[in-house]
Amino acid sequence: MFVRLVYESFHRQRQRKLLVAIAVTLGATVSTAMIGIALGIGDKISHEARAYGANLVVTPEEDSLDVQIGSVNLKPAASGAYLDESALPKIKGIFWRNNIAAFTPELPATVQLNGADTTLLGTYFAKSVKFGTDQFTAGARTTFPWWKVRGAWPDDDSQDVLVGEKLASLLNLQPGADLKINGAQHRVSGILSTGSAEDDQVVAPLPVAQAILGKPGAIRKIFVSAVTKPEDAFARRNPDSLSPADRDRWYCSPYPQSIAYQLQEAIPHSRAEQIRQVAQNEGNVLSRITGLMLLITLAALFTSGLAVSAAMATAMFERRTEVGLMKALGAGHASLSSIFITESVLLACAGGVVGFLLGALLTREIGREIFGSSIGVQPVLLPVILGISIAVTFGGSAVAIRRAVKYDPVLALRGEA
Amino acid sequence: MIANRHGSGASMYFRMLRRAAQLRKGQAAAALAALAIAGAAATAMLNLYVDVQVKLRKEFRKFGANIIIEAKPGEGFSPDAFAQIQSAVAGRGLAVPFAYAVARSDKGQPVVVAGADLEQVQRLNPWWSVTNWPHAPDQALIGARAAQLLSPDGKPFTLRHEGREIHVSPVGTVRTGAGEDSRVYLSLSDFQQWTHLAPSVVELTASGTNSEIASLLQQLQRQLPNADVRPVRQITEGEARILGKTRLTLLSSASFIVLTTALCVLATLTGWVVDRRRDFAIMKALGASDRLIALFVAGEAAALAAAGTILGFAAGIGIAALIGRINFNAPVAPRFSIFPAVLLGSLLVTLIATLVPLRLLRRIQPAMILRGE
Repeated sequence: MFVRLVYESFHRQRQRKLLVAIAVTLGATVSTAMIGIALGIGDKISHEARAYGANLVVTPEEDSLDVQIGSVNLKPAASGAYLDESALPKIKGIFWRNNIAAFTPELPATVQLNGADTTLLGTYFAKSVKFGTDQFTAGARTTFPWWKVRGAWPDDDSQDVLVGEKLASLLNLQPGADLKINGAQHRVSGILSTGSAEDDQVVAPLPVAQAILGKPGAIRKIFVSAVTKPEDAFARRNPDSLSPADRDRWYCSPYPQSIAYQLQEAIPHSRAEQIRQVAQNEGNVLSRITGLMLLITLAALFTSGLAVSAAMATAMFERRTEVGLMKALGAGHASLSSIFITESVLLACAGGVVGFLLGALLTREIGREIFGSSIGVQPVLLPVILGISIAVTFGGSAVAIRRAVKYDPVLALRGEA
Repeated sequence: MIANRHGSGASMYFRMLRRAAQLRKGQAAAALAALAIAGAAATAMLNLYVDVQVKLRKEFRKFGANIIIEAKPGEGFSPDAFAQIQSAVAGRGLAVPFAYAVARSDKGQPVVVAGADLEQVQRLNPWWSVTNWPHAPDQALIGARAAQLLSPDGKPFTLRHEGREIHVSPVGTVRTGAGEDSRVYLSLSDFQQWTHLAPSVVELTASGTNSEIASLLQQLQRQLPNADVRPVRQITEGEARILGKTRLTLLSSASFIVLTTALCVLATLTGWVVDRRRDFAIMKALGASDRLIALFVAGEAAALAAAGTILGFAAGIGIAALIGRINFNAPVAPRFSIFPAVLLGSLLVTLIATLVPLRLLRRIQPAMILRGE
């Protein structure tokens, strides 16, 4: 009898039920999408923040001071220590290797150009680096996305160079021109514009700088662009003072500090540090944006919950006569309530599941559309969404059910309630 | 027109509206609540969407300079030129002059020494990790790497520049992970007394939209034809990118939330109208025209929408302000200019939600509805 009542209710009032189900589904869709976005946006924005370039730098452990004002490097060429180029692929072997978005080595050398000291910067442009079976393209093009070249990027194995735009206008150079550096002939493949020191420099493939310095395999610095999590108090702890369990947790969180620590482990005789201007500010902006999305998600859950409840409440009001009839036929409060509760739970579950699937789809599309990569929704979220849907539908119908149960059946049947 | 046909039409109309609200308090309240919620969601989301740009720009300004002005090599900025820069950014940014020189330590180690107003540097670059900012003359802030070489035990040391010496005591170290770690920072007056060099670089952080920054750049380039004025592309491009993506995400979330609440309003009001079909049948049986009934329902719905929007607008501004306070430590300023948009939207939704089902009901004969068919 109970099952038949519930079944009949759905069967007869298909349109009315459909309306409520749509409301519940929409609420669940938006909730799923918002929670998915709020949880996924940190990672996505951190990827976007790679537009700021490297947030970590690796230098030799024992290094002399940098003596650089603006674009002019006054550091004596002989002084200072170097890192080993052959250690570079190990960067893609650290625990957080998948968070390393880009990296590039740098080796500055001072050369005579037109009678003036000029810095020649050796680096990778887009060099294929192999670690194990993994192939990775490292270089300045991905590490410093704001570098722009008029002409062509040089090949990493060639003798071609880029000339900074200010230096180029000083020397009156165009792409394709020839440039004599320390007696050797180089082709200028393009004019580089960066908005910083490189505009006055020559940027060349790494082997060119190594040959000028006479130090094959040497690099001075590695700039690493990593996807990180905003640092918190725990991130700032010294890993050596932590208990083994905490240390593992520290090591396995993508904080700038722990990635720097792992880089230091991977590259021998090195010191890895965060570039605070990028790392700190990025973390700051990141936590603001994720915080904003979380709060909006809460507000969205709350408002869509209330809106669905309101829709549910009106749908319940309409069933006074039905309640009157059932009561006149002898139904008790308990059986009446259980019918309505079963109905709401059924509606909530159906709406919740459909809404969850739609929401997951929506989240993926939003991720694709805005960030160019989909945002995944964890299946763990399904029970949460179902729970919220049931609570909301139940909350919306509770008042109406209580009222309906209290009606005098005679008044309800005469339509005077 | 109604008033022309029936003497007391207008007063009857309002009495019907009032009585309808009194008699069906519960349902009217549910409809009103739904409208208020939708209004609150729309208001809060629109307010945040408009304001988030301002708030995030403020966060982005903590990245430090977004414009750098460099004097010609070997030259410095005169106080006059600096005053021009100051007046160009007055009120919307901070301009900090830096002077640089390469000095030598006791052991002949070359080191870059910078002179700047350190209080302003602190405001310009809040991301610097500094143990202690100097306040007195002859005190220096030294980079973490420079400290290891020049003064590992924190003792005062001597720097030499073109035959002149200065004796400084380090009071704090700065760590940034970049060039600053290898430098020594002095106050600008100490630096100038010692080296007689004028500032050669002005770092500038200006807030504003992209076009405002671009016009500031042009203005500075016009005013200082001898200097090199350039945007820090790393900062400006990264900022534009994050800002754009965040606003897009916010916009899409906002539209989904508003759409959902609007559809729930639609469902609530449709149910409300359909439920009152007996009332309309009685009205029709008593001689009311379809038009009068439509006008009656529309009036009722519009009154509900207006009341709901006002309630929702107030609540929405509160929600936005709360979110602003929790997340940005600054309230989101209420924007009353969005009120007409929210009101228009909710009127539209209410009218669709009430008049469409009413049109469907009109086809049915009053007698059938009254008989319960």
